[in-house]
Amino acid sequence: MVERARTSPGRGALRSAVALALLAGGLAACGGGSGTPALNWYINPDNGAQDRLAKACSAASGGRYRIKTSLLPTDASQQREQLVRRLAAKDSGLDLMSLDPVFVAEAANAGFLRPFTGSEAPQFTQGVFPAAVQSSTWKGRLYAAPFWANTQVLWYRKSVVAKAGVDPNAPGFTWDKLIDVAERTGTTVGEQGNKYEGYMVWINALVESAGGHVLTGGENGAKAQITISSPAGQQAARIVQRLAHSKAASPSLATDIEEQARSMLNGPHGGFLLNWGYVWQAENGDAKSGTIPKSVIGDLGWAPYPQVTEGVKARPPFGGIELAVGAYGKHTAEAVDAVRCITTAGNMKKYMLDSGNPAARAAVYDEPDVIKQYPMARLLRDSINVAAPRPITPYYGDVSAAIQSRWHPPTSVDPATTPRRSASFIGLVLRDKALL
Amino acid sequence: MSVAARAAAQPSPSPSSRAELSDRSRSERRLGLLLSAPAVAVMLLVTAYPLVNALYLSLFRYRLTAPDDRRFVWFANYATALSDPLFWQDVLTTLIITAVTVAVELVIGFGFAMVMHRALFARRTVRTAILLPYGIVTVISAFAWKYAFDLQSGFVNSWFGAGDYAWFSHRWASMLVIVLSEIWKTTPFVSLLLLAGLAQVPRDLGEAATVDGATAWQRLWRVTVPNMKAAILVAVLFRTLDAWRIFDNVFVMTSGQQKTETLSFLTYRQTITRTAIGLGDAVGVLLFLSVVLIAAVFIRGFRVDLSQVRGDR
Repeated sequence: MVERARTSPGRGALRSAVALALLAGGLAACGGGSGTPALNWYINPDNGAQDRLAKACSAASGGRYRIKTSLLPTDASQQREQLVRRLAAKDSGLDLMSLDPVFVAEAANAGFLRPFTGSEAPQFTQGVFPAAVQSSTWKGRLYAAPFWANTQVLWYRKSVVAKAGVDPNAPGFTWDKLIDVAERTGTTVGEQGNKYEGYMVWINALVESAGGHVLTGGENGAKAQITISSPAGQQAARIVQRLAHSKAASPSLATDIEEQARSMLNGPHGGFLLNWGYVWQAENGDAKSGTIPKSVIGDLGWAPYPQVTEGVKARPPFGGIELAVGAYGKHTAEAVDAVRCITTAGNMKKYMLDSGNPAARAAVYDEPDVIKQYPMARLLRDSINVAAPRPITPYYGDVSAAIQSRWHPPTSVDPATTPRRSASFIGLVLRDKALL
Repeated sequence: MSVAARAAAQPSPSPSSRAELSDRSRSERRLGLLLSAPAVAVMLLVTAYPLVNALYLSLFRYRLTAPDDRRFVWFANYATALSDPLFWQDVLTTLIITAVTVAVELVIGFGFAMVMHRALFARRTVRTAILLPYGIVTVISAFAWKYAFDLQSGFVNSWFGAGDYAWFSHRWASMLVIVLSEIWKTTPFVSLLLLAGLAQVPRDLGEAATVDGATAWQRLWRVTVPNMKAAILVAVLFRTLDAWRIFDNVFVMTSGQQKTETLSFLTYRQTITRTAIGLGDAVGVLLFLSVVLIAAVFIRGFRVDLSQVRGDR
């Protein structure tokens, strides 16, 4: 009894503390000066380089605008969720956004983005990688400006391939050869097999490398032609199946994302890793901080994305970030100016050197200081140049999730059934005839 | 007379007793209605409106990101959901999690309640220690459990010699971790409700039974448990409804992979992730109906009287 009586003042204090916290949060949200328009730029998390770029462009604008950055979640699908929620509610405080290329079509189709006019567009597309421009375009109009571009390459331990007497850079290096070498040397091939976008990245790259597409006619929305049930889709399924059942696969392949795959490369059985360009900067950072031995850096090699069919050039995954202007913002003219500033070749280079994320303009890769910091700059440039975007459709999220649902876990993939079943399932999902 | 029997007798006043209401009790009743009116109005606004809106939207084929494609489809979304194996798989998953967690929590919670009730020394420390997990935010406890079992960062595998067993790559192993963390997190809640029930059992009943020569086990089953039946049922009801709507643990640990997706998570993914508003709301309405069904079964079927424990929580 005594105890119970005593708790009530405590509860009161708690309640007022909560009220105070809520109030403070509300007040903080109301902050922001008058005069210079403040542009809200929703950014995907990086090492702070976007924020520094925002400050630089704010200063360069000479008081025309001030860019404030707000952080989105780490996961690409959750970034989309938050942006869609805000845009569906016509959030006028969303001026600029860092958008994953796969979601540009969806946002553009919903009227969430302000397209660039015919006179604005060329400066955002000239000298920019084709996959980036393709991903930023919807029904013939440019809805986003490519900011940085990304691709995956094959990272490997030089000591492992030297012992095996294999050269991953040799033309005609295929997935089968890769898995053979790893099995022979008792090492692993790191991939992203979790049920998330990263797994779709892998599947799409395999389908595209085999000469097929997941779907065609994406601009027809729900009526697109699903083409994953094809020889190319079966080839892709065969490779996923082979790696998943190989001893070269990670024991937790079904839940591995980029970072888990990378940490495996540094482990005792590390051999190969398929991963994005950030690996170089991340490995250097880890070596500097002592998380991994310094010797790892000297042992780290890189090669083009492995081929599916020997002799046919692979189409590595395409990723990166596009900058889009929100349709409901109050300062669209200033926002377009800000995009112009952020995406100049100079700022892209600055961002690349600062963040480790590769630029979307090919010319940046010829700069001496870029080559100095990124010895694999040429490989990155050539890979992004031939990279294949994921399906461009307003229903991309559904297509990707439907494929993940039928292709996961990787050990369950069967070339005879998985591509066919996933194709019919995508069709059902697009017509709201199945849950996802 | 037992608490439950009294509870059962209460809610059915005969018509004659209604006629005998005095002026005073009639005006008291009017005052009561008046006083609760604002709360009812707020409830209507914040629960009834969204509910009706969800019901309405569930009749459409409607994507938030394809607003032009909105079409009225009657109950097609319900047909899609109810005929989809994924829906029933999620129902089964939710059912398993609910049944296992509630059963285990009830047993452990009862043990804890006894400990808290009987603790002779360090009473407050014992109670605090038992209640601690309940004070932790579910998302945080979910992350703690996830990292504990994680292959790269976890300690569970090395402590228990599980080698490189990937817990979250298998359905039942993932379920086990989800259920364990759920039990760890909410057993204190059950024990708190049961403690309230224990406190209600008159001490002299137990003493009388002792005098009659009843063993401790007999006293527990014949005296204590029947006398706190109402508290037990309320605890089971609350926990069942909570467990049935489980979301955070699954979201954090597996994101519904390895067939660990629950009904709430299914609703979330259709509505929020896919922005398939119509289909998602249909699933949401089905989830709501199942919650109503559980509550009705408990309140009508087992005659749970919520007012019995209201003052003790």
